[in-house]
Amino acid sequence: MTCLPEQTTRSLGLVIDLDTCVGCHACVISCKGWNTENYGAPLSDQDPYGADPSGTFLNRVHSYEVQPDNAPAQLVHFPKSCLHCQDAPCVTVCPTGASYKRTEDGIVLVNESDCIGCGLCAWACPYGARELDLAEGVMKKCTLCVDRIYNENLPEEDRTPACVRTCPAGARHFGDLSDPDSDVSRLVAERGGMDLMPEQGTRPVNKYLPPRPRDSWQGEVDVLAPFLEPVAEEPRGLLAWIDKTLEKL
Amino acid sequence: MHPAPSIIAFTTFSGLGLGLLFWLGVDPEAPTGWIGFAFFLIGYLLAGGGLMVSTLHLGRPERALKAFTQWRSSWLSREAWTACAALIVMGLYAALLVFFGVQVHVLGWLGALLCLATVFTTSMIYTQLKTVPRWHHWSTPVLFQLYALGGGALLSGRVITGLVLIGLAALAQAGWWLGGDQRLAASGTTIESATGLGHIGRVRAFEPPHTGSNYLLREMVFVVARKHAQKLRLIALGLMAVLPALLLLLPFGHWLAAVAVLAHVAGVLVSRWLFFAEAEHVVGLYYGKR
Repeated sequence: MTCLPEQTTRSLGLVIDLDTCVGCHACVISCKGWNTENYGAPLSDQDPYGADPSGTFLNRVHSYEVQPDNAPAQLVHFPKSCLHCQDAPCVTVCPTGASYKRTEDGIVLVNESDCIGCGLCAWACPYGARELDLAEGVMKKCTLCVDRIYNENLPEEDRTPACVRTCPAGARHFGDLSDPDSDVSRLVAERGGMDLMPEQGTRPVNKYLPPRPRDSWQGEVDVLAPFLEPVAEEPRGLLAWIDKTLEKL
Repeated sequence: MHPAPSIIAFTTFSGLGLGLLFWLGVDPEAPTGWIGFAFFLIGYLLAGGGLMVSTLHLGRPERALKAFTQWRSSWLSREAWTACAALIVMGLYAALLVFFGVQVHVLGWLGALLCLATVFTTSMIYTQLKTVPRWHHWSTPVLFQLYALGGGALLSGRVITGLVLIGLAALAQAGWWLGGDQRLAASGTTIESATGLGHIGRVRAFEPPHTGSNYLLREMVFVVARKHAQKLRLIALGLMAVLPALLLLLPFGHWLAAVAVLAHVAGVLVSRWLFFAEAEHVVGLYYGKR
């Protein structure tokens, strides 16, 4: 049923700390590893050892350069997977009922045996969280490791999504974001957790913690800095001659 | 967006076919016998053929019947229903006309309405997508209806009505292009809102998540050949409106009319290619593209 639930009992999701992520891509690999071997069709690769390799991933890490007006540029590593939106546009567009949002925990899933691979849900998602698997012809997306988090065959510490379990920097957190007292909700409140593309009206469950303020060119400057100011703006002597000669060429 | 040939062919030909069936449905004296058979055959080949072609882009076409289940929420599912209903009702109307010479006007009107509803549901599949600001506008369904009605009128031999409607379609198309060029900027979605990093400074995509391509880039970040967009727009307008008008205003002859229809179809194909190729999906922003 592709109508969205009015309310979900819980809203399980991820909180991703952009301040802590080091961009190692371990979450990408552990995600691909777990989800290839478990729930649903494997995540296939096309031409993996050839000239034009590509494949299905449920989680990808981008890197952005942010240039403040008066501070050094920052590099921000940016993991992106399904945000399990409360108003998930991918669910309502599905013609077959394969895409659905669970009432009990808010996870957005694809029933792969109902998916016709029309790709409309991937078009409807602003985040690029859904990828059509070319080998299987069905849509793949993050399941929040639904086969781990409730899996009583696993030791308790492993009952979190593979990406969270594997992150060596502790940049990924998993929990119930509908409970204001949960660890993840408190983290979001403390660090000013934000939505991606809020103007798209998807109301994502996953939150991103912005990078903490960094150095700026103003303020704390070394006492010796004035002595390091450029002494000659205009070249003189030999350098001036080289400059002039090069200008003439 | 990736301009998939199957979707371009589907939207163009089914729109034309449904437009033709619309005019046959509302015709107070619809053609009967063999002439009627020929008209309805063309309508069905275009509309039904277009629908068949559309299943080619599915990953799992054998499960296509499941697409009838979610009409409450999904425009694609509604399209499946309206298309089937239109083809069945018009089929009944056509059979009575062709084989028994009986015209049931109510059936014709109902079928005509369903034909327009099918074109509307098709257009809503694109219009509903907030992620593609160029499509997410009320003018998209208007454009699709004008194309279907104009092309259908030409096919059914209504020269004056067809030319008026095609003229309107050309105007709507030009306005849609000009408005569409502003819509991504007007949507407010930028690389800053996509990453949430805009409060720190200007954001630039530094490194993509992978060295190769992926499904998202192939499907939604199609930027090749946009540099010819302006020329292609003029070609589309020339073929779909100007050339048919010139040909049909010459002393009327069947072969001229046939050329006019072919030119119109070619023009619609070009404009439909642009409809997809020029459409910017916001996911491209994550890759520093648009």
